[in-house]
Amino acid sequence: MSVWDDIVGQDRLLDVLRSAVDGAGDALAGRRQDTMTQAWLFTGPPGSGRSNAARAFAAALLCEQKGCGACQACRTVLAGTHGDVIHILSEQLSIGVDTMRDLVRRSALSPVSRRWLVIIVEDADRLTDKAADALLKSIEEPTAHTVWVLCAPTVEDVLPTIRSRCRVLVLRTPPSDAVAAHLVAKDGVPESVATFAARASQGHIGRARALALDDAARTRRREVLRLPTQLVSLGACMTSAANVVDAATEEATPRSTALDAEETADLASAFGGGGGGRGPSGAAYAAAVKELQKNQRQRAKRLVRDSLDRSLLDLASFYRDVLTVQMGGGVELVNEEQRSEIEAVARRTTAEQTARHVGAIFAAREAVEGEVAPILAVEALMISLSGGPSR
Amino acid sequence: MARSTAGNTPGDRAALGSTTLVSGSNEFVAERTIASAVRAVRAVDADADFVELAAPELGAAALVEITSPSLFATARCVVVRSLEGLPAEAVEPLVSYVESPAPDVALVLHHTGGLKGKSALDKLRKAGAVEVKAQELKSWEVAGWVADEARRQGSRIDRAAAEALAEAVGIDMRALAGAVDQLVADSAGASITAELVRRYFGGRAEVKGFSVADAAIEGKTSLAIEQLRWALSNRVDPVLITSAVAGGLRALARYVSAPRGLREADLAREVDVPTWKLKRLAAQSRGWSQRGLATAIVAAAKADADVKGAAGDRQWACERLVISVLRARALS
Ligand SMILES: [Zn+2]
Repeated sequence: MSVWDDIVGQDRLLDVLRSAVDGAGDALAGRRQDTMTQAWLFTGPPGSGRSNAARAFAAALLCEQKGCGACQACRTVLAGTHGDVIHILSEQLSIGVDTMRDLVRRSALSPVSRRWLVIIVEDADRLTDKAADALLKSIEEPTAHTVWVLCAPTVEDVLPTIRSRCRVLVLRTPPSDAVAAHLVAKDGVPESVATFAARASQGHIGRARALALDDAARTRRREVLRLPTQLVSLGACMTSAANVVDAATEEATPRSTALDAEETADLASAFGGGGGGRGPSGAAYAAAVKELQKNQRQRAKRLVRDSLDRSLLDLASFYRDVLTVQMGGGVELVNEEQRSEIEAVARRTTAEQTARHVGAIFAAREAVEGEVAPILAVEALMISLSGGPSR
Repeated sequence: MARSTAGNTPGDRAALGSTTLVSGSNEFVAERTIASAVRAVRAVDADADFVELAAPELGAAALVEITSPSLFATARCVVVRSLEGLPAEAVEPLVSYVESPAPDVALVLHHTGGLKGKSALDKLRKAGAVEVKAQELKSWEVAGWVADEARRQGSRIDRAAAEALAEAVGIDMRALAGAVDQLVADSAGASITAELVRRYFGGRAEVKGFSVADAAIEGKTSLAIEQLRWALSNRVDPVLITSAVAGGLRALARYVSAPRGLREADLAREVDVPTWKLKRLAAQSRGWSQRGLATAIVAAAKADADVKGAAGDRQWACERLVISVLRARALS
């Protein structure tokens, strides 16, 4: 057992990180000074396991045995409760300068464990320019025991000033047999379900796990894949759009409300409320509540958009399969289960039309990310997929 | 869902000795229900205890502790949040408590929705918990809810006024309750009229967006352009224009696609608009083909992206949308 067990299909990356952990040990032991890189940038497509890799790396740095996976340090780091790991997980659209200044201040503290203080910034692509400026000096000349781990989808997503100061590690999309094997070993998922989930998620581990373990996620996906054969009229487009957006909202809402409740309670207890007494009061508390609620509203929107994005990716996988069939490839389809519908659509339409559909889906994803009202973006998409207003 | 329960709290009815079950994620209704229980308990006993905890902390022992009589306080209000996280072993003790509640305890349970904890929810309902559904309003429910809200605040609002308010303010319950509150205060005991609503809310940016949308959809070219310029020169955010136009087109597209022969109330539900909008939609629909509507909706999505930063000039994006809608109307 080790902290690296959860990293799927990233052999090269593991070699690099293991030797970095060795170097860190040498630096701590005072054997050598220059063996530890203190600013890292992990990049990889969503779901490739960037944040898991960052957490495992942190655990290995703080563990006496380079990441045994069993000791107190390993367990608390992986559970997110170790005092020497600061994990910035932004569910907002951007990370502002205030957050970053606060982080830079905290980065100067000495680690309690006398090993390292590891700061993981999960969405470094969401740093505002000002926030990036605030970070620059700290990653250029980090405090002796501080290790920065920034994560982003691609190197290009991070400002050049930042990335030039980091050691860049690229995670690849894990192959689907590696994901399936992981689901069987880790979650005890039956082989056939694991194979389906790994294939359908196209290498996105979190998504694969959701599909393997959650009936509702599978149902939602099936419904999305049914759309291409249902868009036969304007009315069907409008209804389908409403259904897709409602499903995304339904998936995201329980998660939002749970997070909200937790944070609201934390804030109240930080201000001395909770327990049996009356709640906290005062202007500072009121201001903090207002700020928190503003952030929570933003996150609620973001979670709906993320969920919607997954549906759009599922939909795109259908048309990519159609295109595969149209190009005459004997390749396995992402959606083998829907092969007959896919072949029917492939016969009815041309490859040019299919490519246009895939393009329309990616344009809709971009629109949703750019804050176009989700329902409107999806309505326009359904209309294009139905053959467009020009039919 | 019965409208009478959508967001109407049990008011100041004796909450002691009863269990209120709030289900749904609408924070406004949930908070209001909790506040009203607290108020009711404090009205009986100003020194009453107020205990708040999350369901995952609710073991059987904790339940006994918070619901059994205490030495000093006579009354107690207990709020349990995140009921969906109730530990399995706590379900039965909680259900049997609800069946025979302590006379000096008001218990409020909040289940924020989703499938988790659904069976516990059903058992609690059967055990006699009074359910308050904390859900967002549907568009056809708004006018009725506003009337109930005015009554709650000791006033009255006539049908036309409630409709005008719904159109101006939208479906957010907190905003609606705030608006009713303001109108009640300013109507000084008289009933609230449409005229008063228009005086207070008619100048709102949203309303200006709607008049642009209606004029464009109805093919009134010069009126649409005039309304648009007027709105933009009054600093109405272009986002409100594109969303009003998109909303108008959406309602129309759903209207023309609805099955024939529905009763008025069912049709309103199908189209997702208040009933009084149907007549206007009927008139608007005569000028449009499905193809035209599809074209206009795609243009609205593009304009929405443009005003949110994809293109340079936001005002021009609005103008181009209005022109696209007017031209799409001519398509057959
Ligand atoms: Zn360890």
